[in-house]
Amino acid sequence: CVPRRIMTASAESYSVEDELEMATVRHRPEALELLEAQSKFTKKELQILYRGFKNECPSGVVNEETFKEIYSQFFPQGDSTTYAHFLFNAFDTDHNGAVSFEDFIKGLSILLRGTVQEKLNWAFNLYDINKDGYITKEEMLDIMKAIYDMMGKCTYPVLKEDAPRQHVETFFQKMDKNKDGVVTIDEFIESCQKDENIMRSMQLFENVI
Amino acid sequence: MAAGVAAWLPFARAAAIGWMPVANCPMPLAPADKNKRQDELIVLNVSGRRFQTWRTTLERYPDTLLGSTEKEFFFNEDTKEYFFDRDPEVFRCVLNFYRTGKLHYPRYECISAYDDELAFYGILPEIIGDCCYEEYKDRKRENAERLMDDNDSENNQESMPSLSFRQTMWRAFENPHTSTLALVFYYVTGFFIAVSVITNVVETVPCGTVPGSKELPCGERYSVAFFCLDTACVMIFTVEYLLRLFAAPSRYRFIRSVMSIIDVVAIMPYYIGLVMTNNEDVSGAFVTLRVFRVFRIFKFSRHSQGLRILGYTLKSCASELGFLLFSLTMAIIIFATVMFYAEKGSSASKFTSIPASFWYTIVTMTTLGYGDMVPKTIAGKIFGSICSLSGVLVIALPVPVIVSNFSRIYHQNQRADKRRAQKKARLARIRVAKTGSSNAYLHSKRNGLLNEALELTGTPEEEHMGKTTSLIESQHHHLLHCLEKTTNHEFIDEQMFEQNCMESSMQNYPSTRSPSLSSHAGLTTTCCSRRSKKTTHLPNSNLPATRLRSMQELSTIHIQGSEQPSLTTSRSSLNLKADDGLRPNCKTSQITTAIISIPTPPALTPEGESRPPPASPGPNTNIPSIASNVVKVSAL
Repeated sequence: CVPRRIMTASAESYSVEDELEMATVRHRPEALELLEAQSKFTKKELQILYRGFKNECPSGVVNEETFKEIYSQFFPQGDSTTYAHFLFNAFDTDHNGAVSFEDFIKGLSILLRGTVQEKLNWAFNLYDINKDGYITKEEMLDIMKAIYDMMGKCTYPVLKEDAPRQHVETFFQKMDKNKDGVVTIDEFIESCQKDENIMRSMQLFENVI
Repeated sequence: MAAGVAAWLPFARAAAIGWMPVANCPMPLAPADKNKRQDELIVLNVSGRRFQTWRTTLERYPDTLLGSTEKEFFFNEDTKEYFFDRDPEVFRCVLNFYRTGKLHYPRYECISAYDDELAFYGILPEIIGDCCYEEYKDRKRENAERLMDDNDSENNQESMPSLSFRQTMWRAFENPHTSTLALVFYYVTGFFIAVSVITNVVETVPCGTVPGSKELPCGERYSVAFFCLDTACVMIFTVEYLLRLFAAPSRYRFIRSVMSIIDVVAIMPYYIGLVMTNNEDVSGAFVTLRVFRVFRIFKFSRHSQGLRILGYTLKSCASELGFLLFSLTMAIIIFATVMFYAEKGSSASKFTSIPASFWYTIVTMTTLGYGDMVPKTIAGKIFGSICSLSGVLVIALPVPVIVSNFSRIYHQNQRADKRRAQKKARLARIRVAKTGSSNAYLHSKRNGLLNEALELTGTPEEEHMGKTTSLIESQHHHLLHCLEKTTNHEFIDEQMFEQNCMESSMQNYPSTRSPSLSSHAGLTTTCCSRRSKKTTHLPNSNLPATRLRSMQELSTIHIQGSEQPSLTTSRSSLNLKADDGLRPNCKTSQITTAIISIPTPPALTPEGESRPPPASPGPNTNIPSIASNVVKVSAL
């Protein structure tokens, strides 16, 4: 179903009008019943989620800038913009540069109410930056650096330059079964299912809503 | 953390699943949502007007009246609503703050009424949004000044017998309306200034002829009379100056002030003249000095507020005037050069040199047109007319612009300075809030582990250590804790980080070297620049052995500056950091175990002592020989 969009500028124009369009777009999400059917949330939960969402983004969509701002509020000590960028791409499944409420709910539904398989799938999707089905060492290194950036400077023990790289090595040793330098989705899921810690921590955020 | 994004916390926590596959160690447990109740509407009745909002909206800011349990005092059982006997108009703004996270200041509201309401609801005015903050500050300042003026004038009317003679005199000088004597003095000096100025002027008027000689100016004809008048004036001025000097609260500042310089310049020529009358050679210079007597007219500025304001505005618009002068000079030089070369050909031309042409250019550009120098060649006339036309533009245009600039720039400068000062304060506030939130996390880490340990050991003495954190805060802290676990590094505050830097750099050099070396690989000057902050330690009291063992199970102990993990197991080096001024948030006195607290930066007072060797009488002391700065025992 195509979400209804109220636009005050023509959709076909580019350049300056594009900016104008993004600023004046008002996005109305699908009806509550439809969302309830599509996701695993109850009506009440959807209501609460939407109220919070709409409060922060009255226009109904989040663009990357706002997303980065919101995310950086949670990590005051470090720089979370890179990780927020990857996260944004993971949520923005239709790659239109904005996360609408449906995208938001879709992502949250997987993260909070999905099966372990689905969650691992989502995580794989997050790590696979170019969405080609393989996680290379470079992609993983980018992700790792982004995570370590969030820690900031003042850490104990002191953050060394090659800490992300070492972490990536450990990760690949664990995950890359056939040692071909990339991790496929099957290798990933298989290795994660073998690791108790990971399995346990996947259940951690069940009761977030 | 801005509570406006509290709504996004669930999302951030869900997204943390992205870290799970990467982490090598287990994640901490999530905080339990003990009283998870459905979100309910609450009714706030403010002087009859009912407002309704969700309970969670109000709980976004737990340190205000509405967000905390303080509002229960206002709960009305009969009507099941919260009743506040306050202004509903201002309450609208307050409630909007909870809803949108931005506090606005309505312009029609009285500033002190608004301040009172904010104080009542426990909201700091500093969080007023950018859109309204400047207006708020302006009004507040105006109000404060008005109150101060009122106070001053009140004070002036009271009689203050406790002032010393000197202070009374100074007040009399500065404010002539305080007493009759002061008023008399004020008018007398004014009169004599006028007399002095008039004598200077009249001195030069030709006064009829003495038979047998040419016409004399009055000054020379009645020289004795004029001399007496001059002497009298100068004596009055000298006495006044000396009295002011005596009465001034700060003599040095008085001597440097503009008015006193004017006074001195006004009376100096007379004394110099007295000294020099005998010497005929320098009588030329003596005549020049008399010119300075005209400066007595500036003494009127003490009597006229307007003159002072004019002087001040001229001073403050000096740059604009300077620019006008500069552009005029440019134009004058250009046209003078052109005129000189244009008129070079003509015979008997008055334009003998370029500086000589300056006079013509100035006279023409200011449209004076004396006519003492006129161009004779055709080219000269053409350029002369261009010169006078452009003179009209160059002068007539900037002058009204400058005049209006006076007021505009004057106010603008004030506002720019204000904004700059406010900006600095705003940034400081934001920084404090940021460090506050990260410190809150570190703080609650301690408290959290404390709580767990307490629950485990079952000590009934204290239920909660320190503040109870709200659910949102505990969830946020859990999120940060997960990130720590993922990356295997911990958040610490800046001070500790720099201490670490120092220590690791010190480790690499023998102790004989002073810690001024900052060339540790990778950790450069930034960490070691604040060497001066050192912390003091106080050895702590004894630890019963039983608790020690349980402590070993529970505690995660880190010794800073040491990379040896083996030491983590055997801890009981107990160094109590002196939290000066900070309430002993761990209330260590009531529990007989020692608690090492991470120093919270605002509370820490840096002292210059070197680290004393930590002396601890615990039975399992195994302090490493390197100076262990902080031993973080984060349990019990």
